[in-house]
Amino acid sequence: MSQMTNTAIEESPLPGGHYNLRLYVAGQTPKSITALANLKNICEEHLVGRYQIEVIDLLEHPQLAAGDQILAVPTLVRRLPEPLKRIIGNLSNMERVLVGLDLRPVVHHE
Amino acid sequence: MSITSSAAATATQPLAKARTGIAGLDEVTFGGLPAGRPTLVCGGPGCGKTLLATTFLVNGAVMFDEPGVFMSFEESSDDLIQNVASLDYELGDLVAQKKIAIDFVRVERSEIEESGEYDLEGLFVRLDFAIKSVGAKRVVLDTLEVLFAGLGDTQILRAEIRRLFAWLKQRGVTAIITAEQGSGALTRFGIEEYVSDCVMLLDNRVSNEITTRRLRVVKYRGSAHGTNEYPFLIDAQGVAVLPITSAGLAHSASDVVISSGIPGLNQMLGAGGFYTGTSILVSGTAGTGKTSLAAHFVESVCARGERCLYFAFEESPAQIIRNMRSIGLDLQPRIDAGLLRFEAARPSLFGLEMHLARMYREIEEFAPAATVLDPISALRGDTGDVHSMLLRVIDLLKSRGITAFLTNLLSVEGMDKSDAGMSSLMDTWLSLVQLESNGERNRGIYVLKSRGMNHSNQIREYQLTSQGVKLVDAYLGGSGVLTGSARVAQEMVDAASAIRRTEDNERKHRDIQRKRAALERQIAELRAELEAEEEDARKSQQQDEELEKRIQAERRAMAIQRGGTAT
Repeated sequence: MSQMTNTAIEESPLPGGHYNLRLYVAGQTPKSITALANLKNICEEHLVGRYQIEVIDLLEHPQLAAGDQILAVPTLVRRLPEPLKRIIGNLSNMERVLVGLDLRPVVHHE
Repeated sequence: MSITSSAAATATQPLAKARTGIAGLDEVTFGGLPAGRPTLVCGGPGCGKTLLATTFLVNGAVMFDEPGVFMSFEESSDDLIQNVASLDYELGDLVAQKKIAIDFVRVERSEIEESGEYDLEGLFVRLDFAIKSVGAKRVVLDTLEVLFAGLGDTQILRAEIRRLFAWLKQRGVTAIITAEQGSGALTRFGIEEYVSDCVMLLDNRVSNEITTRRLRVVKYRGSAHGTNEYPFLIDAQGVAVLPITSAGLAHSASDVVISSGIPGLNQMLGAGGFYTGTSILVSGTAGTGKTSLAAHFVESVCARGERCLYFAFEESPAQIIRNMRSIGLDLQPRIDAGLLRFEAARPSLFGLEMHLARMYREIEEFAPAATVLDPISALRGDTGDVHSMLLRVIDLLKSRGITAFLTNLLSVEGMDKSDAGMSSLMDTWLSLVQLESNGERNRGIYVLKSRGMNHSNQIREYQLTSQGVKLVDAYLGGSGVLTGSARVAQEMVDAASAIRRTEDNERKHRDIQRKRAALERQIAELRAELEAEEEDARKSQQQDEELEKRIQAERRAMAIQRGGTAT
C-alpha cells in the first residue's frame, strides 16, 4: 500500500478542485494491477498535479472495508471533491471512469 | 477442492445441528439448522425473515455461547438495533460485549459507477473481518438479493454468490441467508439454486381479515423434518413456531380424580369427578350455566392448591368474577393467591393460530394443573381450522397432563358441526339442556359420555342458587323426566291419586260387606221358608193320620153294629 495522505490539501482545496482518490484492492491480483495502471493513466491525462492516489489493500487492512462501504474490488473512491463517488471495476472503461469522477461535465463547462 | 472433501467427510456422520433456540422450530427441524452450513429463509415482504434471523443470532449469542455476525443489506446497524429493541432484544449490549457484530452493507446503485471487471472480494473481506472480530459461529446475511438491485452485472453476481456460499461452508459457520419470495419461485433471483442444505419458507396469509404467519421447511438435506406448514408468531417475546400437530397419542393416563366442584355432579360421574389430565367439554345453549360450571371446577382446582389458567373469550375477568359472586363463588382470593389467572382476549383480535400461540406461551409460563377455555365456540374461522386448532390445544394440554375444561355454546337448534367434530377429542362430555314445558324452562344436565368410568344415564335437574349449582333429584315417572313445576305438579297428582286409591279400596270393602250381609239375609229367609214348609207338611201328615184313625174307628163301630163280631 502506498499511502499519500495530505491533510493540508483536504482543508483548502486548490482552485479547479483537488482530487483525493482511494483505490481499494484485495491483494495483487491482475484486476487490481490493471485498475491502478488505468487510474494513473487517467489522472495523468486529466488531473495533472492536482490528484492524490491512496491504494488500500484490504487483505492487510480488512477493518477499512466497512468504513467506505466497500463491497466490490477494485473500488475507486473519490473522497474529494465532495460528494463521495464510487467506481467499481478494473477501470478499463475510461469513459465511465470520467463520468464517475465528474470529469466529463467539468471539461465541457470549461 | 477442500470444500468438497470436507463435505464428504461430514456426510458419513449424522448431521450436526445448530439449535435456533426458537420455541418449536428446533422441534420441526429435529434439532435445529444444519450446523456449519447455509440455510435459506425466503418469504414475502413483512413475513418476519429478518426477525427470525435476528432471533437465531441473539439466541446463539445468549443461550448457546455462539457469537454471530449480522450482515445487513437493508437496514443500518442503528435501525436494526432499534427495530429489534421492541422485542426485548438488547442487540446493542451484545454488540458492546463483542458477542454480535453488525455490518451494514450499503448498496446504492446511483452511487456506484461500474467500469470493467470486478469481484465481491470486498464483501468477503468484511465478512471475514466481522467473523474474526467476535469469533462468530453464526452468520446472517439479510437480504443478499439487494445486491442484484445495486450491481448491474448479474453474471459476476451469481458467480460471486455461489462462491460466497461455498466460502461460508468452508468457514464452518451456520448461516441464514434471507431472500424475497419471487413469483412462481422461492426467491426472486433464484438464490435457492446455490443453497442445497436447508430452505425454509415463511408466509403471511390473510384469511377472514385475520393474518396468520406460517413457516414451512421446504427441504433439509440429510435430515428428517416436519413437512407441514406451522404457524408461528412474532410478539413482544420474540418468535415462536408451533409444531403441535406432530403430537402423538402417548399421553399417560392418570387415575387421580379431581372434583367437579359440584357434589351432585360428582355422584353422576362414576369415579366421583373427572380424571386429571383429561379433557372435559360442557356444551349447552345460552344461559344454561356453562361458565358457572366452569367456575365451580376452577374453585375445586384452586381448593387443592393447584394452579388454574382461565382463557375467557367473551367476558372480561372482572365480569366473570362479579357474576360468579352471585352464585356464591368468590374467585378473587384465588387470583390474589396466584392460583388463578385469567387471560381474556376477543376471539377476533387475532387469528386462531395466534390464539393458539398465545395459549401455548401462557401455558408454558404459568404451568397450570387445569385450563379453562370459555367458550370454544367463540373462536371464529373455518370449521376445519377451528377443529385443528382445538386438537392442538388439547394435545398440548394432554401431553403436559393438564386437565382441560372447555365450554361450548350451542345454537338453539341443537348440535353444531364443530361440536360433533369435537366429541371424539373429549374424554368427558356434559350436556346442559333446557327442558321446556308448561311455560317454563328448567335446566337439566346429563353425562353424554365419560371415558373410563361408569356414569349415570339420568338427566338431572340443576338450579343456579346463591350457594352455587345444586343438582335436584329429577322426577322419574311413567311419563318421563319431569322438572320444575311440572315435577311438583306431578308429585301432587300422584299424592291425590294415592288418596283416591285408598278410598276406592275402602268402598269396595264396604260393598262386599254389604253384599255379604244381603246374601246372608237371603239365605236366612230361604231357610226360614223351608222350615215353614216342613212344618206345614208335618202338620198335614198329622192331620191325615188322625183322620185315618177316626175312619178306622168309625169302621169298627159300624162293623160291630152290623155283624156283631169283629173280624
